[in-house]
Amino acid sequence: MAEVAGRRIVIFNLGGEFFALADRCPHQGGPLSAGPVMGEIRSDCPGQYRYHRPGEILRCPWHAWEFDIRTGRSVCDPRRVKTGSYPARLASGAELALQAETFPVRVEESYVVVEI
Amino acid sequence: MNAPTPRARLAPGRPAAATLGLIDVDIHPRLASWSDLHPWLSAEHRMRLAVYGTRPRHGYVKGPPYHKAQPLACRRDAWPPGGGTPASDPDFLRAQHLDHFGIDIGILNPLSQGQGERNNAFSAALCHATNEWQLAHWVARDPRLRASVTIPYEDPQASAAEIRLRGGDARFAHVLMMSRTAQPAGHPHYWPIYEAAAEVGLPVAFHAFGYSGHTMTNAGWPSYYIEEVSEHATSCQNLLTSLIVEGVFVRFPSLRVVLIECGFAWLPSLGWRLDALWPTLRDEVPHLAELPSETIRRHVWVSTQPIEEPDRPEQLVEIMGWIGWDRILYASDYPHWDFDDPRFAIPAYLGEERRAAIYGGNARALYGW
Amino acid sequence: MPPAIAPIDCDLHPMVPGLEALRPYLEPVWAEAIDQRGLEGFENQSFPPRAARNLAPRFRPTGGGFPDLAALQAFLDETGAECAILNCLYGVQLIFNADMNAGFTRALNDWIRAEWLDRDPRLRAAIILPNEPDHAVAEIERLAPDRRFVQALRLVAGNEVAHGRRLHWPVYEALERHDLPLCLHAGSAWRHPPTSVGWPSWVMEDVAAQAQAFQSALASLLTEGVFVRFPRLRVVLAESGVSWLPPFLWRLSKTWKGVRFEIPWQSELPSETLRRHLWLTAAPFDAPQELLPRVLAQLAMPDRLLWASDWPHWNEGAQLPPDAKFLRDNALAAYPRLAGGTAP
Repeated sequence: MAEVAGRRIVIFNLGGEFFALADRCPHQGGPLSAGPVMGEIRSDCPGQYRYHRPGEILRCPWHAWEFDIRTGRSVCDPRRVKTGSYPARLASGAELALQAETFPVRVEESYVVVEI
Repeated sequence: MNAPTPRARLAPGRPAAATLGLIDVDIHPRLASWSDLHPWLSAEHRMRLAVYGTRPRHGYVKGPPYHKAQPLACRRDAWPPGGGTPASDPDFLRAQHLDHFGIDIGILNPLSQGQGERNNAFSAALCHATNEWQLAHWVARDPRLRASVTIPYEDPQASAAEIRLRGGDARFAHVLMMSRTAQPAGHPHYWPIYEAAAEVGLPVAFHAFGYSGHTMTNAGWPSYYIEEVSEHATSCQNLLTSLIVEGVFVRFPSLRVVLIECGFAWLPSLGWRLDALWPTLRDEVPHLAELPSETIRRHVWVSTQPIEEPDRPEQLVEIMGWIGWDRILYASDYPHWDFDDPRFAIPAYLGEERRAAIYGGNARALYGW
Repeated sequence: MPPAIAPIDCDLHPMVPGLEALRPYLEPVWAEAIDQRGLEGFENQSFPPRAARNLAPRFRPTGGGFPDLAALQAFLDETGAECAILNCLYGVQLIFNADMNAGFTRALNDWIRAEWLDRDPRLRAAIILPNEPDHAVAEIERLAPDRRFVQALRLVAGNEVAHGRRLHWPVYEALERHDLPLCLHAGSAWRHPPTSVGWPSWVMEDVAAQAQAFQSALASLLTEGVFVRFPRLRVVLAESGVSWLPPFLWRLSKTWKGVRFEIPWQSELPSETLRRHLWLTAAPFDAPQELLPRVLAQLAMPDRLLWASDWPHWNEGAQLPPDAKFLRDNALAAYPRLAGGTAP
């Protein structure tokens, strides 16, 4: 969780790739940072379950809508429902000399850069 | 009711349109532990609770028969930082819910705390203890909270005694029943409950939940929780049909009924269906003297959560208009997962006057606050 | 004078005058049972046959009894129907003994074929389905070659096990293969109480509860993935009341958004799936006439409503505008076996 330029942003590290989502469900404004993450559960046929991408789906803590952490898009209605998402990457401290809106994740040389 | 306090008006989550007060008719307090009820239980019932637990009309020792979509069916952010389960900590409930949304009055509806228990005497003891617990643990700590008279509804005589005991105590808002009773709610078996409620002037609220023991649909058991959620609406349709057709409102003309967490968009259709049946079956039900939809319009209130979400919002407005703008009450369902934030659940397109009525005006008129 | 558009009547109920009527069509073991066991008939409490609701005063034969073929023919002449689908509601579904249920159901279907279909070219019928899935599949295979059977009928509260559950899937496979819609008609086989809160006191409650039965049946078919597995299966809801459907779809779709992972084979809004697979007879249509346009807009299924007389039942409710779609074209789309023309 970070507050950047007045916006609450929730940042995920998926195996070294960083993703940043607005901390606000587009449905009723639930705080996404309080929601659990889970795998993506799909099916091609009743009775079959495909479980993959563990930890890459975020569920809103309120009405349990699922969002793809990589895209911010709703699993139920990816075309029309999306939570705010921001490009995020890991950058070295030196590279960031001119970047204002950053959020340090470690007290080292690297920063998560969130472009809003 | 007192005017909203300045503190309530400044709450970050309070909708500006709540000009007639913000009243939440559905908050679910939880026991931190069953032992919280010990002060009001006999040694025998304490033993029963410890050894055998409660025995609702389903098979599990722990947990519900249809597994919820979230732990304890609760908002993930409602677990108190100090430990315990959602809505078991009055301070956290106060901060996260009452203060955050600026709620002026919140009605406590305890669930599964002895209602529907198979042993009638145990059910009566648990419900009585739950009512004392609401007063001591909640209402005494925050004057914004009101208690429900929980009753052992499968024992109507004991229920009536509990209702009469609480009648006249302004800390109680209504009598609370679960929607899934063991017989349809209008059956004369339950009439002592309605007689007592009418006598002491308390509305009877039916909250969607409980286990009747009967098959959950009339063509067999569902497989999925999503079906059970859907079935809450149908069982409420059944219970209201029963109240109407059995003539409960003919016998108790001052009785007022509140349907909580039942959904409400189905209500006009049910009224139309009963209206259409009435002329074709009038010889069977000569005790009904008016169109069922008229009875509904006069005696039934609904709460908003879970509010239906049609693709076209104007269709929700139509439905609410058909039910009656003076009959709809705001409910949050805190701390459950399908909780409704008052700012978004009661949308701005309804208009300021209607929103104000739903937020507070209608509940004040119903409950006399 | 016949109307400009010859309608297709999608729900009529021939009444079995008594068990003796079925005797010529029964296998000996079941015919013997009538005598040896003193069977009294299978009239279903869902449709008390002497109630005005189920035998409207204007259809009562002057000499008593139930309306016969001649009465139906006179009625069809009156409405100008080009074609009429018989959905017999004689309560064979109530029989607990599965073999006996199948035996009497076969006889009932043969009675419908011989005493009604063979005697008027305007008539079509539903295959009444036996209760056990294997019996039901066998009955579909036996009768499907006769294209005057245009659908197969189950009572909406007629099952022990919910409609969507996998033990019923062989039936849906057979129906899909033969282009036969599944007709779910109001009514119960009384395997469970009429409501999830037990046994009501009054017929009026039983009838009202059918609207809830339809909701449960659709929830089961949808959540179990029947339409994912059988994408060409059509379902016709008969005598459902209709106006409960939009709020039901809203609620089911709303819940799905939160618990989709429980039924991951359902990958679109439940309302979209159901709107694609459903047709509904509009007798009755539970709504006041003046609100009908708004309820129809909520329903948003103008191509899916079917005209039905519900003969000889008596219904009250809204009347839809008698346009060609409602009277005829929608039925031709719903019933593939009618689409090539109604000549046998």
